[in-house]
Amino acid sequence: MSQPTVELPKPRGNRAKFLVGGLLIVAAIIYLIASSTQASAQYFLTIEELKARADEVVGREARISGAVLGDTIQYDPQSLQLSFEIAHVPGDNKEIEAQGGLAAVLHAAVNDPSRPRIKVIYHGVKPDLLRHEAQAIVTGKLGEDGVFYAEELLLKCPTKYEEALPDQAGS
Amino acid sequence: MVAEIGFGALIVAFVVSIYGILAGLYGARRHAEPWLESGRRAMLLTWPLITLSVVCLVALLVGGHYEVQYVYNVSSRFMPLYLRITALWGGQAGSLVFWSWLMAAFAAAATLRKWDRDREFLPWVIVVTLVTLAFFLGLVIFVENPFVRFWQMPDGRQAVAMFAPRGATPLVPMDGRGLNPLLRHPGMILHPPMLYLGFVSFVIPYAFGVAALVTGRTDDRWIRITRRWTLVAWLFLSLGLILGSRWAYDVLGWGGYWGWDPVEIAAFMPWLSGTAFLHSVMIQEKRGLFKRWNMILIILTYALVIFGTFLTRSGVLSSVHAFAQSAIGPLFFGFIAFTFIGSMGLLLYRWNDLRSEGVMTSLLSREALFLLNNLLFMGILVVCFWGVIYPLISEIFTGQKVTVGPSYYERSTAPLFAALLLLMGIAPLSAWGHSTLKTLGRALWKPLIASIVVVIGLWVGGIRAWSALLAFWLVALVSLVTLYEYYRAVVARHRRTGENYLRALWNLAGRNRRRYGGYIIHLGVVLMALGIIGIELFQTETQGTVQPGGSLRLGDYTMLFQRLDVFDTQDGRNVARAVVSVFKNDRYVGELHPRRDFFYDSQQTMTIPGVRSTMEDDFYVILVDWQSSAQGITFKIYHNPLVNWLWVGGLVFILGTLVAAWPDREAESPRARAAQTLAVQGA
Repeated sequence: MSQPTVELPKPRGNRAKFLVGGLLIVAAIIYLIASSTQASAQYFLTIEELKARADEVVGREARISGAVLGDTIQYDPQSLQLSFEIAHVPGDNKEIEAQGGLAAVLHAAVNDPSRPRIKVIYHGVKPDLLRHEAQAIVTGKLGEDGVFYAEELLLKCPTKYEEALPDQAGS
Repeated sequence: MVAEIGFGALIVAFVVSIYGILAGLYGARRHAEPWLESGRRAMLLTWPLITLSVVCLVALLVGGHYEVQYVYNVSSRFMPLYLRITALWGGQAGSLVFWSWLMAAFAAAATLRKWDRDREFLPWVIVVTLVTLAFFLGLVIFVENPFVRFWQMPDGRQAVAMFAPRGATPLVPMDGRGLNPLLRHPGMILHPPMLYLGFVSFVIPYAFGVAALVTGRTDDRWIRITRRWTLVAWLFLSLGLILGSRWAYDVLGWGGYWGWDPVEIAAFMPWLSGTAFLHSVMIQEKRGLFKRWNMILIILTYALVIFGTFLTRSGVLSSVHAFAQSAIGPLFFGFIAFTFIGSMGLLLYRWNDLRSEGVMTSLLSREALFLLNNLLFMGILVVCFWGVIYPLISEIFTGQKVTVGPSYYERSTAPLFAALLLLMGIAPLSAWGHSTLKTLGRALWKPLIASIVVVIGLWVGGIRAWSALLAFWLVALVSLVTLYEYYRAVVARHRRTGENYLRALWNLAGRNRRRYGGYIIHLGVVLMALGIIGIELFQTETQGTVQPGGSLRLGDYTMLFQRLDVFDTQDGRNVARAVVSVFKNDRYVGELHPRRDFFYDSQQTMTIPGVRSTMEDDFYVILVDWQSSAQGITFKIYHNPLVNWLWVGGLVFILGTLVAAWPDREAESPRARAAQTLAVQGA
């Protein structure tokens, strides 16, 4: 560029000062990220995996998903205690697609008594969507007693209507 | 017919964009002014073309043309006119068209500015802007076409295609599925356009940044040209985020405003890097430092904008694993990689030309504190980015899906936000160039002591949690420093000019809009912080099942359940609406109507809380369940102290941004003028 520039003598000592300060902050941020990741990591597990690795998973935050078995749902509106059983479904989306989509997978899961199952206990209001063959996604901890104590409960109902094509008007 | 016109206009716009890119490139290479002019006009033309397409799509939506798949998916007969129009951005394909339209509006506006002083930027601004636009138009045309229609095949099958397959007859459904009920809220009418406006307007500063890199203009011209663009982009992005939070608070019915959901984070990340950019360009303007860093920030912001558009647009996203399922995922990643690597390559090529014109000397100088501010914003950005990609990384390296929840973000960003607040209290008082503890202390001690008095007051008032006391101290410090800065400047001006105080305040803000607008923004942030502290640290909740006449208590509040009405509405909803009376310290304060709406067309429910809102606190009632239990109706109640300050602060924040972005009479800073004088003398 045509602008005249004046070369200033660079005070070296300053540079080190800024470098050290910057590195300290970067180190603090890295520490924050690492420790928070450690503290709030949630393991995504299928029920099969949960059962297989029960020893190491007990007491740690985990997120599991399974098909709800309708006749196991028990709810006490006074104490707001809700319990139900869920059956193993594959965790991988591709595998679910290969087996004919979520609705088919859930249907197969509840009708197959050989599938691993687990009891879930949750405190709170019973969601409308909690019914037979719904997919429950629960976050919480596996207790020593083999029951999964959920802190968060999400439900998905595969609506056939998602894939459906419309009807002709007037037909 | 309308669908064909809309689709045709998109194709023409796409071709015109490609032509504009080529004309710009050729014009730049040959220094051929007519080609440049032609490219400029091509860029201008894209807007009316896409406008035509948008008009067609809106006409289809309003006219209820359910043979068009997009119309079928996002609208229904029950929907009122304004919702049919806003359904334009209610689904993926339509929102991509909408995005392109806004992008083209900004591109067209950029062509209309005076180009005589920096003509060498023009071709590259055209190329960068139109490449971005062409990418989105390409997506719309080839992958996510909103104009595709249903067809009845001769063999009885149904098909979805743009043009009639051989022998097919049009298939016209009676009614559409209707817009997702969650999107039928006034907040949702404004929130997405604001967010998109914020996204697309960041493309312009990026285009100028790239133009500066290509042409080798290493001064701060590109920053000066785009200063207002950047502020406007930032304003819209901030508005989008605030409106989104408000919508979540009003509609989602979980008593919160921000859930650290990947989609939210996607919109938050460009805001973070954009905020860092807004601060750090000031150092380049004042001191000629951080030229490379500013380039990195604008490149990063652009990449995050594209990434954010992608994340927020693939509506299905509940985890990062949804990426692979969308056809447009790989295209987006390809485009981000292409633009990011390309611009970083350019930056490396110009690396040595972008040397700083000076050095930082003092750790407490204004520029050093700005640098610290940048580090902290980048820190929060890295926290967010890590949180979003962590499941992918953990799966690649350990084969185990691991996610991090909101607690991860809260834990790791809280200290960084606190440090930013502290910095906001100190930095405005430090001087450019050189500042010591002594000079800083002299400016700081009065507000500092006053803020400590506030904390002692709170302690006496019964607040004992150290995190709350620390947070309130920071809030008090920043507000006092900011108000004190205003006060000092107004008094000085009053003494100097003899203007009355109000006039002095007005003129002061008018003379240096960025500085005093910035202070208003800081005050807005502090007020928002007050609301966030209130809800994060002092929120209480309870739930219970009651019969009519029964009541629930939470703190000073009592809620008396009167009755429940269940009825159908004209617009296709089944509404369950509870009537509850609210008492505070046993005094009647009002009636609330928490309700559940069930939408017949989309088979979805929506929970709308009843909220009694004051500056002191919100009493927030959700109707959870009224069917499954014989014992009565289940409610969930939240007590959210101070949360209203979040929205008040948001308004102040926006006001400050408007002040800062308002056109200045003085276009050039003293430094630029000095450089000009030098250049003239040198010549």
